[in-house]
Amino acid sequence: MGDSGSSETTADNVEPLLDEVGIRRTVTRLAHEIVEGNSGIENLVLVGIQRRGVTIARRIASEIEKFENTPAVGSLDVTMHRDDFDRRGLRGTPLPTVLPELEGQAVILIDDVLFTGRTIRAALDAINDYGRPKHIRLAVLVDRGHRELPIRADIVGKNIPTAREDDVRVLLVEDDGRDAVIVTDRGNDA
Amino acid sequence: MTAKANLDIQAIPEEGTTSSHLPSGRWPHHDMLDLDNCRRPDIEVVLTLADRMREILDRRIPRVPALRGYTIVNLFYEPSTRTRVSFELAGKVLGADVISVSTNTSSVVKGESLIDTVRTLRAMRSDAVVMRHPMAGAPYLAAQHTDASIINAGDGAHAHPTQALLDLYTMHRSIGDIAGKKIVMVGDIAHSRVARSDLWGLTTMGAHVVVCGPPTLLALGMRVSDRPSHAENALPPVTIETNIDQAIEDADVVMALRLQSERQEGGLLPSLHEYATHYQVTAERLARAKPDHLLMHPGPKNEGIEIAADVAGGSHSIIEDQVTNGVAVRMALLYLLSGRIEPEEVTELST
Repeated sequence: MGDSGSSETTADNVEPLLDEVGIRRTVTRLAHEIVEGNSGIENLVLVGIQRRGVTIARRIASEIEKFENTPAVGSLDVTMHRDDFDRRGLRGTPLPTVLPELEGQAVILIDDVLFTGRTIRAALDAINDYGRPKHIRLAVLVDRGHRELPIRADIVGKNIPTAREDDVRVLLVEDDGRDAVIVTDRGNDA
Repeated sequence: MTAKANLDIQAIPEEGTTSSHLPSGRWPHHDMLDLDNCRRPDIEVVLTLADRMREILDRRIPRVPALRGYTIVNLFYEPSTRTRVSFELAGKVLGADVISVSTNTSSVVKGESLIDTVRTLRAMRSDAVVMRHPMAGAPYLAAQHTDASIINAGDGAHAHPTQALLDLYTMHRSIGDIAGKKIVMVGDIAHSRVARSDLWGLTTMGAHVVVCGPPTLLALGMRVSDRPSHAENALPPVTIETNIDQAIEDADVVMALRLQSERQEGGLLPSLHEYATHYQVTAERLARAKPDHLLMHPGPKNEGIEIAADVAGGSHSIIEDQVTNGVAVRMALLYLLSGRIEPEEVTELST
């Protein structure tokens, strides 16, 4: 929401890799894969990473609700667990972290884009401070590659080959006013 | 020093910009000396961030690496337990290195000047110096001679901004927006640095502030009409009341201040007993406040003097919350001063 007005305009001219329908189908598939992998929703906790991971986690939860009971959903902000603040520049004020009991639970960590893996590393550190889950699996809407750490997603909505410099954005109605996954080449980003 | 001067200039919005909003969202303070130069949005950022810090404090393992590699020195020229420990904890929870210097075992006893001490600490790469000093203004002097962030943890009877921020945060957590609320401070206003910083913070947030105490313990210049023309804005406007029953009438928050016996020159009070009779915050007196009023005290308390023991531990008391919140607020402040985040201005405070 208003991160920068100019990139919004740029984003409008780019053909989305996933549109509203594509995102909806992907979320539905993620929901089914999560429940299948867990053989139901017993002990299942969906933990979304702020901000868009939380939105996706909520959408997945309401999908699951259509064929099972409602799973527990938590939100996690990893700003204060990042180790690269001096490289990636300054971050905004952390958003709320609200987690249900994680001890012994089957945690599904959810994020919008998997890139270097550093956010996930930070999230794993943060979860450790809350308790010891039975296991943690990772589900992402988009995997764009270029990992810098030995981390991979267990459930991937869509693999998108990108150049390292590309800017991959997941836009969601709740946060951005519309649904789309777009890739812009930073070189052409006038 | 030059480096810091530049920083401050960058941070101040240029005159003529369209709004009072920060150009980049960067928190505009390099030091925390008092709240007199803090705008409402600056304080709101601290309150929001303090909420996030409370979440961390409530974790099973309250420790994050947000300030790894950041060095904080506690430099206390006056005794303190809660403030020093609070800063120490705040730094450690955020993963900073925290060193506490007690001045009676440091080179200060060999006659090292304050300026030399802060320069030495900076030469050793300390990023922030938390300072308590018996002389009003000492942290301002220190701030002019180092580019480490100086945090005033109490200077004489002048200011104690982090206590004021934790008071604001504690009220915010309990009652939400304090705009228009009646906040009464009772006791030794004249010697209270807490009261002065609270006055700035509370009035900036729109509260209706009443100070109450015996005339000898109300600061000179508390009344605007008593101030010389060059010092009209030395303190924000407040309502002054010497009758405690009238002061407490309909109060949303009553804050008892410690009677600072170590700072009482002769003659201000006939006796402690006399003071307690007329100004002690008691259950009977609090009955005049709003039914859901809150009772606060910055500590350390003299129970039986400025506050009755039963109300201090009673159901309206949020004195212990103040202590826990103090750690959260100091974490928020250290994180902001470190420059490692760029907070957006808060449009709506969550409650």
